[in-house]
Amino acid sequence: MHQLILLSLIILGLPLVSFLLIIFNQKRLQRNAHLIAVPILAFALVLALYIAYEKLKMPGTLNFSFEWIKFGIVPGIGPLAITSGVMIDNLTAIMLVVVTLISFLVHLFSSEYMKGDIRYARYYAYLGIFTFSMLGIVIGNNLFALYIFWELVGFSSYALISHWYEKPAPQLAAKKAFIVNRVGDVGMWTGLMIVWANFHTFDFKAIFERISAGLPPSFSLLGLSPEATLTAAGILIFCGAIGKSAQFPLHVWLPDAMEGPTPVSALIHAATMVAAGVYLTARIFPILTGDAMLVVACVGGFTSFLAASIALTQNDIKKVLAYSTVSQLGYMIMAMGVGAFSAGFFHLTTHAMFKACLFLGSGSVIHAMHHSLHHLHDHHTDPQDMRNMGGMLKKMPITGWTFIVATLAISGIPLTSGFMSKDEILSGAAAYGTLQGGIARALPIIGFGVALMTAFYMWRQVFMVFFGKPRNEKIYEHVHESPKAMTAPLIMLAVLSLWFWYGANPIDPANGWFMKKWVPTVAQIIPASTAPRFGAAEVSMHTAAVQPRIDEVQAHTCVPENPMTAQVEAHELMPHQEVLEQKTKDVAGMGMLISVFVALTGITLAWFMYLKNTTLADNLARTFRPLYNFSLNKWYIDEFYEYAVVGTFMLIARSCGWFDTHVVDGAVNGVGKVTVAFSYIVGWFDKYVVDGLVNLSAGVTQFFGMMFRSVQTGKVQTYMVWTLACIVILFVVVRFVFAAQ
Amino acid sequence: MTVGLEHFLIVSAVLFVLGLYAMLSRRNAIAVLMGIELILNAANINFIAFTRYGAVNMNGQMSAVFVIVIAAAEAAVALAIVLNIYKNFHSVSVPDVDKLRD
Repeated sequence: MHQLILLSLIILGLPLVSFLLIIFNQKRLQRNAHLIAVPILAFALVLALYIAYEKLKMPGTLNFSFEWIKFGIVPGIGPLAITSGVMIDNLTAIMLVVVTLISFLVHLFSSEYMKGDIRYARYYAYLGIFTFSMLGIVIGNNLFALYIFWELVGFSSYALISHWYEKPAPQLAAKKAFIVNRVGDVGMWTGLMIVWANFHTFDFKAIFERISAGLPPSFSLLGLSPEATLTAAGILIFCGAIGKSAQFPLHVWLPDAMEGPTPVSALIHAATMVAAGVYLTARIFPILTGDAMLVVACVGGFTSFLAASIALTQNDIKKVLAYSTVSQLGYMIMAMGVGAFSAGFFHLTTHAMFKACLFLGSGSVIHAMHHSLHHLHDHHTDPQDMRNMGGMLKKMPITGWTFIVATLAISGIPLTSGFMSKDEILSGAAAYGTLQGGIARALPIIGFGVALMTAFYMWRQVFMVFFGKPRNEKIYEHVHESPKAMTAPLIMLAVLSLWFWYGANPIDPANGWFMKKWVPTVAQIIPASTAPRFGAAEVSMHTAAVQPRIDEVQAHTCVPENPMTAQVEAHELMPHQEVLEQKTKDVAGMGMLISVFVALTGITLAWFMYLKNTTLADNLARTFRPLYNFSLNKWYIDEFYEYAVVGTFMLIARSCGWFDTHVVDGAVNGVGKVTVAFSYIVGWFDKYVVDGLVNLSAGVTQFFGMMFRSVQTGKVQTYMVWTLACIVILFVVVRFVFAAQ
Repeated sequence: MTVGLEHFLIVSAVLFVLGLYAMLSRRNAIAVLMGIELILNAANINFIAFTRYGAVNMNGQMSAVFVIVIAAAEAAVALAIVLNIYKNFHSVSVPDVDKLRD
């Protein structure tokens, strides 16, 4: 086993060790659990950085497999087994750093934020198990192991959302998160089953090899053609991502998940767990057919629009960020769908940094508000409502400025990492929209529209919280900056949101080392008939231009002979991917200008409405009341689900209850009644027939008795008569018997 | 018309039946005894008839004498019984003496 693989397994095990140490010593660690968890995570981070440093220097993929569940010889198939193992490619290496870094910073932040909490130790234990599960997702080399850790991550999310489980809202939110997630997992499992039933393997490398060798005619779901089945498999596995990454229609759990502690929201529901869906989509990217890609892109695009439109009117500081997360995840998914793999993953990384910064920053603000309200003995005002904030920058400078840097990143202002990644996505969407045509033409329009809305609602938040006059002077008086354990992560994440980590040129990300060298777009291996049909002329034009590039690519991917590593073959990009890449380069310049323009428009609008003319917002809300309510009430989707889905199940449950009470119990009661009726009949029989017979015999006896008794009159004369009669009879008998003889 | 044996026998039979009837159907105990006497006398007539028309010997007449004596003795005893019955039951009505019925 390669040294790096072993290290990655150690990194996997460290948070698990943290979990085990803390969960069995909760009473002892009720105030000091961080002393165990934080150093362990720091060590894991150092190892992850080392792995990334080593891996990003070398090409190819490190792989280690072993047979996990052996089925022996199965009739009709031969020797069958589920293999499992670890794979480290650049994607994994970067994800390892992202996960351990954010997890470590959250651990550090929580030591101050959760100080004095009623369940401090349990909190750190479950943070550990979450980190363990997330790391398991990113280092697995097969879909099955990924699925296992997928579910574990869902459980960790459930446990952490319901941290304050004495309140009803977190309980419901945790249940909602887990159940909605499971709905997506049904699709994912079905997709996995299609793969297993046809290829008898879950291993990524093996699946890609089998598919690129050509789809067998037997690869069919319910009689669909092999190509359609491949599309179906891709979409179904993507369903898992819809659930985990909170895409429409399974986005409803993420805003409710804000009931959990804010550092949890930062770790799980902004940076890592929700990114797992994007990671999964990235992993199955090579087998997404053209139709599947369109579905993925449209889901992502619509989600980003839906969430951004809701974020415009939210007043809770965390809800704005939650919907922002859903919207940005929509961007990432859309990127994967339009074929901008590199841009999508780039955005995942940058988003993890600046979103975690935003969430932890909001946590810092909420912490300060809590303290202030506690000081004022006010237990009714909502510390998370932005309408109680204002002018915080002067009192909380570090929080404020790091928040502003992160907001610049999410809005897509040049010199930030967010600008680079978002811009690439928008260029990719524009290229795809132009080439694909049809419904896809809406995607870049949605993309730029959402960019405008994002800039607007994020700066609305910044202006409402950190600028202007404080809306509540009493609270403002007691607000103060947070301790170093909370501000240090903020500073670090803000610095990570700047451009220079990902490329030298802040306005040319495509040639930066992140997108070009570390995580270039991977080649798809779908059958040519299922590839997106971009203009044939463009394809043939670019196939000619592609040939020298193929040679260049192959020259760069010569791999060292190392029997310990199983290398993934370096495929060259498919024709449609080449076309996309070229088109993206063509539109990049224009795209950049439009996105900067759109971002500045959004910021200006927010400044105007929330700093300059503060009554305008309320006036607009009043004028467009129906639209305002539609946005504020999350498009009434939750209410619809309550009515349609929950209502349906309640109806089924009530029907079953009715059935049980009336039919089943009725049958039981009926049997009872029949038995009683039967017993009446038997009783009647017993009383009249059986007893009758007995009485009859007694009566007969009595009758004969009476009859014979009448002979005994006691009168002598009667006896004499009888005697005479018998003599006569005797005489007659004897006379005629003797006469006969 | 010449009186033959059969006429005596018919008379004795008639007497017998009448005595039997008296014996069986009369309520008074004395009447029952009278019936018994009639039966005995009917038997006597039978004996005498056979002496006159039957074998040449004295058997019939001898038997008749015995019957008369026994009849007298029996009548005495029977009357004694009736007297005792009267003492106990205060009635000489035969149907009233039915203490042996259950």
